[in-house]
Amino acid sequence: MSNTQGNLNTTAEVGIVEDGGSFPPFDSTTYPSQLLWLVLSFGVFYWVMSKVVLPRIGGILEDRRDRIAGDMAEASRLKQETDEAIASYESALAEARKKATTMAHDARSKVKAETESARAAAEEQLAAKLSESEQSISKITAESLSHVGEIAAETTGELVKALIGGRAPAKAEVAKAVDAALK
Amino acid sequence: MAGNSGNAIDPIHQFHISKIFPVEIGGVDFSFTNASLFMVVTVAVATLFLVLSTNRRGLVPSRAQLMAEMSYEFVAATLRGSAGNDGMRFFPLVFSLFMFVFVANMLGMFPYFFTVTSQIIVTFALAILVIGTVTIYGFFKHGAGFLKLFVPSGVPAGVIPLVSAIEVISFLSRPVSLSVRLFANMLAGHITLKVFAGFVVMLTGFGAVGVASAVLPLILTVAITALEFLVAFLQAYVFTVLTCMYLADALHPSH
Repeated sequence: MSNTQGNLNTTAEVGIVEDGGSFPPFDSTTYPSQLLWLVLSFGVFYWVMSKVVLPRIGGILEDRRDRIAGDMAEASRLKQETDEAIASYESALAEARKKATTMAHDARSKVKAETESARAAAEEQLAAKLSESEQSISKITAESLSHVGEIAAETTGELVKALIGGRAPAKAEVAKAVDAALK
Repeated sequence: MAGNSGNAIDPIHQFHISKIFPVEIGGVDFSFTNASLFMVVTVAVATLFLVLSTNRRGLVPSRAQLMAEMSYEFVAATLRGSAGNDGMRFFPLVFSLFMFVFVANMLGMFPYFFTVTSQIIVTFALAILVIGTVTIYGFFKHGAGFLKLFVPSGVPAGVIPLVSAIEVISFLSRPVSLSVRLFANMLAGHITLKVFAGFVVMLTGFGAVGVASAVLPLILTVAITALEFLVAFLQAYVFTVLTCMYLADALHPSH
């Protein structure tokens, strides 16, 4: 670089003497050389850019875009799968819960029905026994009551016999009198 | 020694073109000069950076690869923004122009380096390349329909000659404005920088008072250097944006 710098300085001094201080950008004697080297260097640059650099960077960016899009698609697919799994798990859970409720309900109603029928049977039996007892009681009562007149007449006959002595009055007479007294 | 110090504060000196290898073809001077050297350096730096940084083709980019990718996407977005997707056929040209001008401008910021884009012939040649591409592609694609560019639709028939004349003049002045804008910005910036830096050198020659008063131009030099880095990028960007807009005209001549 220092070599170039020295070269630059010496030629510049010479240049000043030669040009008499003309303004360098408007010095048309340098134009052909500048144009030639600009065409060469910019031409090479353009060629390298369009053939190597830009396709490469474009490829890198596209690869990345594809990769990101692919990853996003994969992620959304996995998320959907997860959602489906959650949904199926929840529906299974709900079904199981429903089934358990039905089973519990069935068992409860079955037990209830059995208890109910057992109770009904017991009540029926009891009622039958009760009515039977009532019947026998009323029968005994009726029997007893039918014998009351007889006993009363007998007793009365004996009493009259004992009281008046002698012979006892006729049985029918006594019964008639007792009946009248009882009424 | 006096001549050297005179050169040191001569703000025009940095634009002098000196021969490195003299070449003469048919009596015309095609010498390899310092300007040629820095054209080659510009191309070499840009190419090496872009090739080496993308060599690994990393899915996860390194810093250098990210910069290469960002410059690619930056230019692609600029071109697509003004010329649409059809404009992407010109992407290699626009990208090469942007990188060439940008790297040339940035290399020009190094002390003692030659600024390729401070030569009107270089910027004019690049502008002619752009306008030439626009014109040739425009006529190739649309034939005479490309002339619709000079006849805006929805203009009353009476004023069409006037409007067309203005459009033609504006089209012809495009290469001039495109090249002069870049050239003048780089030239003026470097001259300003050199003048203020020259003040610092001059004032420090005047003892303690001079050194004290050299602080102000030194601060200005630092500030202008920062500004010039911005201008170096901005002018490359402006050149690219205008190129894209002109290419959009070639693709869609009817306004």
